[in-house]
Amino acid sequence: MAEPRKVRFKINGAPREGLAEPRKLLVDFIRDDLGLTGTHIGCEHGICGACTILFNGEAARSCLMLAVQADGAELMTVEGLAAPDGTLHPLQQAFWEHHALQCGFCTPGMLMAAWDLLRVNPTPTEDEIRTGLSAVLCRCTGYQGIVEAVKTAAERMRSSG
Amino acid sequence: MAATQKWVGQPLKRAEDPHLLVGQGVFIADQLFPNVHHAAVLRSPHAHARIRSIDVSAALGAPGVVGVVTGQDALKLTRPFAVGVRAPVKYYCMAIDKVRFVGEPVAVVVAADRYLAEDALDLIQVDYEPLPAVVDVERALEADAPILHEEVGSNLACHRHIVYGDPEAAFAAAEVVISERFVFPKYGSTPIETYGIVASFDRTGGVLTIHSNFMGPFILHPLTARALNLPENKLRFVVPPDIGGSFGIKSSIFPYLGLIGLAAMKTGVTVKWIEDRREHLLASSSGTDRIAYRELAARRDGTILGMRSRWYDNVGGYIRSPEPGCSFRPIGNWFGAYRFQNLEADANVVMTNKSLTGPNRGYACGHLYFEIERMVDLLAEKIEMDPAEVRRRNFIQADEFPYRTPSGGLYDSGDYPAAFEKALEVADYAGLRREQEKARAAGRLFGVGLAVAVDPSVSNMGYVTIALDPEIRGRPGYLPKSGALEAATVKVDPLGKVIGLMASTPQGQGHRTIVAQIIADELGITPDEITIVDEMDTFTRVWGISSGTYSSRFGSVGTSAAALAARRLREKLIQLASYLMEVPPESVVWSEGGARHANNGQVVSLKELAGRAHWNLESIPPGMEAGLEATAVFSFPEAKAPDLQDRVNSSNTYGFIAEVMAVEIDPDTAAIKILKYVTVHDAGQIINPAIVEGQIYGGALHGLGGALYEEMAYDEQGQALAGSFMDYLVPTAHEAVKLDIAHVVSPSPFTTLGAKGLGESSSMTVPAVIANAVTDALKPLGVKIRELPITPSRLWHLMETARSKR
Amino acid sequence: MKPPPFEYHDPKTVDEALAILGRYGGEARLLAGGQSLMALLNFRLSSPAALVDLNRIPELSYIKEEGGQLRFGAMTRQRQIEFSPLVAKRLPLMIEATRMVGHLPTRTRGTIGGSIAHADPSAEYPALVTALDGEMVLRGASGTRVVKPADFFQGFLTTAIAPGEMLLEVRIPVTPAHSGWAFEEFSRRHGDFAIVEIAAMLTVDNGRCTRAQVAASGVGGTPLKLRPVEEILEREGVGEKAIAEASARAAELVDPTSDLHASADYRRHLTRVLTRRALTRAALQARGNN
Repeated sequence: MAEPRKVRFKINGAPREGLAEPRKLLVDFIRDDLGLTGTHIGCEHGICGACTILFNGEAARSCLMLAVQADGAELMTVEGLAAPDGTLHPLQQAFWEHHALQCGFCTPGMLMAAWDLLRVNPTPTEDEIRTGLSAVLCRCTGYQGIVEAVKTAAERMRSSG
Repeated sequence: MAATQKWVGQPLKRAEDPHLLVGQGVFIADQLFPNVHHAAVLRSPHAHARIRSIDVSAALGAPGVVGVVTGQDALKLTRPFAVGVRAPVKYYCMAIDKVRFVGEPVAVVVAADRYLAEDALDLIQVDYEPLPAVVDVERALEADAPILHEEVGSNLACHRHIVYGDPEAAFAAAEVVISERFVFPKYGSTPIETYGIVASFDRTGGVLTIHSNFMGPFILHPLTARALNLPENKLRFVVPPDIGGSFGIKSSIFPYLGLIGLAAMKTGVTVKWIEDRREHLLASSSGTDRIAYRELAARRDGTILGMRSRWYDNVGGYIRSPEPGCSFRPIGNWFGAYRFQNLEADANVVMTNKSLTGPNRGYACGHLYFEIERMVDLLAEKIEMDPAEVRRRNFIQADEFPYRTPSGGLYDSGDYPAAFEKALEVADYAGLRREQEKARAAGRLFGVGLAVAVDPSVSNMGYVTIALDPEIRGRPGYLPKSGALEAATVKVDPLGKVIGLMASTPQGQGHRTIVAQIIADELGITPDEITIVDEMDTFTRVWGISSGTYSSRFGSVGTSAAALAARRLREKLIQLASYLMEVPPESVVWSEGGARHANNGQVVSLKELAGRAHWNLESIPPGMEAGLEATAVFSFPEAKAPDLQDRVNSSNTYGFIAEVMAVEIDPDTAAIKILKYVTVHDAGQIINPAIVEGQIYGGALHGLGGALYEEMAYDEQGQALAGSFMDYLVPTAHEAVKLDIAHVVSPSPFTTLGAKGLGESSSMTVPAVIANAVTDALKPLGVKIRELPITPSRLWHLMETARSKR
Repeated sequence: MKPPPFEYHDPKTVDEALAILGRYGGEARLLAGGQSLMALLNFRLSSPAALVDLNRIPELSYIKEEGGQLRFGAMTRQRQIEFSPLVAKRLPLMIEATRMVGHLPTRTRGTIGGSIAHADPSAEYPALVTALDGEMVLRGASGTRVVKPADFFQGFLTTAIAPGEMLLEVRIPVTPAHSGWAFEEFSRRHGDFAIVEIAAMLTVDNGRCTRAQVAASGVGGTPLKLRPVEEILEREGVGEKAIAEASARAAELVDPTSDLHASADYRRHLTRVLTRRALTRAALQARGNN
């Protein structure tokens, strides 16, 4: 059995650290050790996307990463998406307006995947949005509200510069 | 009558969303409990085997392990779960001496964390004696098939043969008779949040408390109490603030409530079990797979005279309550939207070595309408009539409501022809047929499909007892079952603020928002002034065995309870105000959140009334109870037990769905492209159109998943072939379809606001409409869809076979 | 679904990694992007004694052009390839293929080396490297060797990488002038492993097909270079008739199996359909580039 290692990284702008056995999944470390339960577990084999976080600014599945791999990295989870004063990110605001969530379980993963999608492609077509969002599974909404929300958020983010 | 009409009907943004959007949702896995330990479940790798022995000694000594539970504990300490059939099937929360499906629980390890618990699982030695397995429903009934339950002696869990009207005469008089064999696949809604349970046994008081993400019906509470040999008032079930989707699947969590409850009782620690995805796909719940033989008798003019249907529902290794709902849930609407009076039904509920079944979005109706609507299209083809016209000629008419079906269903309201015409209009049906002509001339495979459904909501608990022969139900001493209820409480705080209280266990349907809209209208205040609490705790809330959110019931019975409770409170407020103003109550109207004297315009605000009712009890009229709250328990008088002619109003409100779909098939790859999908819904009064649209979209995609992508497939040896999301294909945003949604409103006369349920919605119709559309597209080849899912590979084979015959 | 226990090492150089691998004598597994291996570990379908994590070896991550090839360090992320201006310029077919590999979040971590070493028979990179006659550079205790695709892909999830060896670099020839290319795949959902996929590159000079490079994936245990198909095109050109003949030939060359998602016959049929589509598109583009 491998010895726990010290893990130090920045998450949502704040430095955090802890001890992690090498086999501990990053998603479990974030949820259990850091108490950030916004990131969810839906499949543990990298398909449902509920565990999607930003790893050094890029969306990644945290169920397929080890906590020790995050040492020295910068992470963002859904808890870090809104502004410090609580103002919702345009994606969050648009999700709310377009009824893009029902049970809310896939929502954090969907938001992080959408964030990354808009970063690499700020002017996506509907097709490109659907392709990008196919990274995260939702069973409640049929995706329509989510697609509309991403469209709206993209427009607003473009116009606000 | 609401005091205002301002909020109901508005597409309000949801009150639930802000905390979910910032990751502050509290799902079962997020909740913190003291002294928590983690369970992992050892599951059978065999579809059918005897358990010769289990050696847990190595596991018990493994790091972090505090206890292990096996079938011997279950046998000693628990009882099998009750189920509504006579076959003496013993279904415990885990395998005792035999395993009957891959994934069946065989042992539970409780350890300091899930990693250690899974490590210990690997150390448990089970000596199995594999037995031959059977997975096909028809094979399972053959004389030499492997028998799953020796004490039953056959794999037939339940059989009913029911006749309504005179089908024999109908078929004798028929000018056209068609018959077909249908195969409906096993699939489930796989909510992204799996089952989660935290159980803790207080040995001093003898109370077992279980937190979990269950949904209704809450019959699961007495079921589990009996199984655990606990007095029901020593078993406490509590839900977390948020539940991550269910679609029927989490109503079948109760065997695990028993299992983890047992683990907590045995080990004395708080036991937490979060189901993983592999477990979910192997051993949670799904709909049945079914083979059905249908016959339809008609006249040449398209009038349906009668139908016969013999079907075989596969409930898996054990029949688990509320099965055989898979066959009987829609008994009241077995006739669909049509007025034929003669039906012979032969329902066979069969056990095989597959995972267990239960309610799944569309429960039994996806199966039913796949069969009925395909038969209607087959009739249309046979008599060379437009399938739209065939339907028109058979619809129950608008002036026939409330309409009693021959099987006892009481359709409360509707206008099927109007809704159907609307669907055709929105879809430009005539235009689609013209486009089809052009496409066919160019050799393209373009098809138009239609499907309609009567959408039942709010199950009447009595329907399941149809599984018992009338001669049993007719015996003295037999206790019939019936009913459907929901409770709501509305109260006013000492400073005049309103709280609405329900225990409906929503799993994403937006109940808090909807109830706030309803109460706001009833009390003339605004939704964001109201705090809605929807928390289920069997110790503290008002509930019944039928309560909960399932069977699309909240829209119907939940909204009624909320409105009724608010009205009762309003009545009390008016009584109070009139006493204060020293006028009779008839002179007081409730308006804009206050009591107003009808003549002199004097107003007493809600805050002032609360001030008097709470702070100065002397100001309450004599005879009136103190306190400023009202509880309503809404139920349906027509939710009666089945009669001895097997008639039962299986649901309490009935909506209607009419759909049109246009598809094109790629002749090379057999890929299906959906070009247009129109869906018209009649769910009575709509409370929040945005939420309604979300339910329709979600339901449609569940139906599409089952029709094209998802299947819990098994091989001949009972090995599950779709044990991960790599093989169990959940539709993504890329596969999702754009819908054209329209509404027709026929308010229900049976609910307080005229609303009906619609949560299951298009999950019932999509399999039918897409099968009809694809069949229509392939008419030049003569391919008929009788089996789902329609995968590209299967469809191509059908096309190739048809091509080679020409 | 939690991973079983393992020893964990995160070396900083290739030499360190090889030394650790050698110590475990084949009982250690290399962790690249983790998109395949971590899932296997979570399912406990693999229980290696140790994991050698390659993610902290900077020298393994690069894209460069050398000797008429693009050379990718094994740990180069798929995402990096997807957005690489160099790859866009010199091997755009690879960008097309990369966009079909899983989803953007899986490409954030997934690597070219991981994908090729895992050798899933339906994966895109193995098909590409087979079509374009690439090379895999392996290193072990006994030194460095270069292996061609036909020798590298040996069977279902099986490669020529010996115990104690690791994949260092993948080399793919840059796009020849006057070429067109196409990557065609058919899957049940977007981002799934393909049921069948075809990678094609056609070099067309004055109407003659001077070089055809075609491979299929999803049609057997390993990707298959369709040399007879290439010969037809090189002999008869890239007109409609030649493409039809070539596509029919492709279907004869493959020997797929049936599974839950598709039958062998359907896969064979798709081979023909997708080959025709890929060749038609590649030929059109080649004509445009002439």
